[in-house]
Amino acid sequence: MIEKKVKIINNAGMHTRPAATIVKLAAKYKCEFYLNKDGLHINGKSIIGVMTLAAEKGSEIILTFDGEDEELAAKDILDFFNRGFDEL
Amino acid sequence: MKQEYHNIIKGIAAAPGIAISKAHLYIKEKEQITNELISNVDEALENLEIALEQSKKELKKIFSLAVDKLGEKRAAIFEAQIMILDDPILISTIQTRIKLEKHSPEYVVNDEITKYTDLMNLSHESYMKERSHDIEDIKNRIIRNLRKKKWKSRIVNDVIVVTSTITPSDTVLFSRVNVKGYVTDFGGLTSHAAIVARSLNIPAVVGVHEATNNINEDDTIIIDGYKGEVVINPDDKQLHEYQRKIEKLIKQDKEFHKLRELPAKTLDRREIQLQANLDLTDEMDYIVHNCAKGIGLVRTEQLFEAFEVFPDEEIQFNVYKSIAEQIYPETVIVRTFDIGGDKVLPVDLKEPNPFLGWRGIRLLLDNPYLFKTQVRAILRASTHKNIKIMLPMIASLDEVLLSKNIIEDCKTDLRKEGKPFDKHIEIGIMVEIPSAAVMIKDFSNEVDFVSIGTNDLIQYLLAVDRGNDIVSKNYQEFHPAVVRTLHHIISEGFKSKIKVSMCGEMAADPFAVPLLIGLGLNSISVSASAIPQVKKIIRSLKYKELKSLASKCLKLKSEKEINELLHNFYKTKLLDQIKNLY
Repeated sequence: MIEKKVKIINNAGMHTRPAATIVKLAAKYKCEFYLNKDGLHINGKSIIGVMTLAAEKGSEIILTFDGEDEELAAKDILDFFNRGFDEL
Repeated sequence: MKQEYHNIIKGIAAAPGIAISKAHLYIKEKEQITNELISNVDEALENLEIALEQSKKELKKIFSLAVDKLGEKRAAIFEAQIMILDDPILISTIQTRIKLEKHSPEYVVNDEITKYTDLMNLSHESYMKERSHDIEDIKNRIIRNLRKKKWKSRIVNDVIVVTSTITPSDTVLFSRVNVKGYVTDFGGLTSHAAIVARSLNIPAVVGVHEATNNINEDDTIIIDGYKGEVVINPDDKQLHEYQRKIEKLIKQDKEFHKLRELPAKTLDRREIQLQANLDLTDEMDYIVHNCAKGIGLVRTEQLFEAFEVFPDEEIQFNVYKSIAEQIYPETVIVRTFDIGGDKVLPVDLKEPNPFLGWRGIRLLLDNPYLFKTQVRAILRASTHKNIKIMLPMIASLDEVLLSKNIIEDCKTDLRKEGKPFDKHIEIGIMVEIPSAAVMIKDFSNEVDFVSIGTNDLIQYLLAVDRGNDIVSKNYQEFHPAVVRTLHHIISEGFKSKIKVSMCGEMAADPFAVPLLIGLGLNSISVSASAIPQVKKIIRSLKYKELKSLASKCLKLKSEKEINELLHNFYKTKLLDQIKNLY
């Protein structure tokens, strides 16, 4: 299992468009993927789940990946967070 | 001695006719989500699947139409909504709960999705509340589609539908079963329920307010579309009385039938072109049966309802071609999509004032792909040279010029592709916005014909929402300003030598017809069911008399005076001719 802490760095935060992109990225991998914030444990393959997370600029989320392709998935999704959802 | 009955409720007589049948209550908003258990899990799962698919189709349709206009932010929300319908976690949880708990899909969908919206509402961020509304939207859409499925299976033939209001999509649902009549709580004379009832030739009483509270499922009711009355559980005497009236009506119909082949000519031989409005494609037989001299209006926006997906060029081409062929050698006027206002779908765009918003030509010019697809289909169907194009909701000359450019572009493309069409296809506009009425002379230089849409013209001229029954008494066909505006359009139009016609509800009103002919109108388009009656009126009168009636009306200053004059005229000149039931 891989566990990583990420910070939201774009101005608009994790709004609907990036939320949809994250879920689409996650769907490409077999491993389980969860987002943890403020005591909420959200399945990253569920768009409605990810949309319940309010994540402003500066807030932190813990991502967990668990399964055979966890390394690839973690790299892909962390990249997207680190690029500020391509909105920088 | 006249007996007082307590089982009669009154509303607005919206479509003529009498029907006696069982009531079917069609209740939408008030239906609570009940915690009922289901017996057939497979059926429930299948219904869920169908409702999800249907919701997806609807969203894609909205998406295709609105993506340019709504911008990327709204578009992302639609995309996310579509994704929710495929959300593996959400959908499998719902399916599992239906299987294990044996709750109805409606109940589980509501319960599951509400968990998420509750979480969102806990957040202090204001945008999360907004997002929760979006999720609420998708929830309601799924539930609505689950119910539609249920309603569909529940609506049986030969009932009178009793409901609060009827939306355009409801009417498509009803037109597939043999509904005997409509009773609604809300709505006025020109509400959608009324228009559709008239076009299907079934009686309707609207604006009854307490109809859904007073009438129970399976009550026997009589609906009187002449008096605007509904009799609930009639006694033998009432039943007998109405059965006699129905027999009389059948007799009258037979008499009208004899008029079929005769021309719509006044006694002093002025011929009026009497055309039909085409609402639903089912009506075509009826139009041909009543020997209409062409179709003065095809409401194409109904294609959006009839087809689950956005009707592409081929679908549209086939529909228009079939209409043109069936009515040949008479002509047909195809009005381009008048979407928006109270008309059909689409865009889940909540406008504060839809009637003053993004509708008709405005929406078409903002969606060139949609517009061009339709124009190409109409052009390709025009090879028999009996199709004309009409543009809805025109307010300014610019809109006409831009539209004409688009039509020219389509012609150029078709020429390149070697596809045949009518090079000289006529282009006209609806005159339904006061600005177009005022500038009629200038518009006449740019178009081949105009058609007066009275429903909208009156509501815009008098600033009265025609669907709002609180102010529906202010919606006055015979307001002096309406009569004078009609006079202006007709006389200026003829001076400029263009064709002037009318396709609004007013053209079918037996009290209005003498006035309209007197104002000089020589072409009107009405619901197919109204043709025999209008023809009978025209054939009973002298144009000379009508002209002097019209000039009297033009001098009057109040609706009351004009109304009285026209009613008296009707009484003295027409009552003997038209066998009135009352």
